[in-house]
Amino acid sequence: MPKVKGKSEKFATAMIDFTEEQVQRYSRHILLQDVGVEGQEKIMNARVLVVGAGGLGAPVSLYLAAAGIGTIGIVDADVVDLSNLQRQVIHFTKDVGVPKVKSAEEKIKAINPDVKVETYYEFLDSSNALDIIKEYDFVVDGTDNFPVKFLINDACVMAGKPFSHGGILRFNGQTFTHLPGTACYRCMFKEPPPVGAVPTCSQAGVLGAIAGMLGTIQAAETLKYFTGIGELLTNRLLTFDAKTMQFRTVPVKHRDTCAICGTNPTIDHLIDYEQAACDLKNH
Amino acid sequence: MIMPKIYVNGDAQEVSLPLNVSELIKQLLVENPEMVSVQVNEEFAEREDWESIQLKEGDKVDFLYFMGGGCLR
Repeated sequence: MPKVKGKSEKFATAMIDFTEEQVQRYSRHILLQDVGVEGQEKIMNARVLVVGAGGLGAPVSLYLAAAGIGTIGIVDADVVDLSNLQRQVIHFTKDVGVPKVKSAEEKIKAINPDVKVETYYEFLDSSNALDIIKEYDFVVDGTDNFPVKFLINDACVMAGKPFSHGGILRFNGQTFTHLPGTACYRCMFKEPPPVGAVPTCSQAGVLGAIAGMLGTIQAAETLKYFTGIGELLTNRLLTFDAKTMQFRTVPVKHRDTCAICGTNPTIDHLIDYEQAACDLKNH
Repeated sequence: MIMPKIYVNGDAQEVSLPLNVSELIKQLLVENPEMVSVQVNEEFAEREDWESIQLKEGDKVDFLYFMGGGCLR
C-alpha cells in the first residue's frame, strides 16, 4: 500500500495525486493486487451512466459511489414512493415525493463527496438516449420495462458503448455485460414482449434483497470493466433463483442475424416501443 | 429400460425420442412459450424451426426468459 508522509502531502501517481484521505478511503481496493493504485485511478477517471434510480440503480449507485467512480450520471423521471423503500435502498422515508435523481444524488454525495453526479430528471427515450449515453464510458441498465431495455441496448450498440443488463422478477435475477462485438440483448430476445405479456416487478412483486443481489453484480461488473479484472459476463447470461440459491451462466452467442448488431442490421434508428398502461400510470 | 437424456437449463431429464423443440416446450409446460428464447447446444433456435429441430441424446436445451427490473414501483 502506498505510504503518505504528512497530512498535507499527496501521494503522487502517474496521473492522479491521491490525497491521504483518498489513500485511506480506497485502501481496501489499493491493497488488492488486481486493483492497486493504477486500478483505483481508472475507477476515479470513469464516467458511468445509471439508467433508473430504483431497485437496481440504488445498489449500483451506492457501490459505485463508495468505489470512487469519477462521474455518475443518473436518469430517472420518477419521484420516490413509499412502496419503493422496500428495496430501493438509496431512498429514505424522508425522501417520499422527492425526485429520485435528487434523492440519489444526496446519498452519493454523502457517501463520497469526490464523486461528481449528473442528474437527468427525465425519461430516457429515442430523442435523448444517444445524446446522454455518448457522455459516458459505461452504462448500467437498472430499468423495469422492456421498451427502455431495448432502447438502452440499441443506443449502446449504435454508440459502441459497453453496458450491463439487469432484470429481476419475484425471486429471480438475470444479468449480462455487453461489449461491442459481443452478444447484445436483441441477440437473446429479438424484440420486446407484447404489452402486458410479461409481468413487471410492479405487477408480480419482487423480494427486495433480490434487487441488491443483482445490482451488486452489476456494480462489480462495472468495476471489473474499468480495472480490466477477470472475465466479464460477456456472451454469458447469468441467472439465479434465490429460492434455491442456484446460480447459472448460460453461454449465449452473438447472433449474426441480430437486427441491431448482426451482419446486416435492419434497425438504423432508435425505437420508442409502447409501454404497458399499468406502468405508464405510475409515472 | 434406459431412457435417453437431454439437459434442460443444465439439469438432466429423461425423454422419449423422437422429440422436437415444440413438443419439449409443451411437455415441460413452459410458461408463456411465445415469450421464451430457446438455445439448443448453445445456438439460438429460431421459433419457426422449433417443429423441425429433432432433439438427440445429450442435447443441451436452454430457455431464456424475459425479466424486467428495478426502477418502477
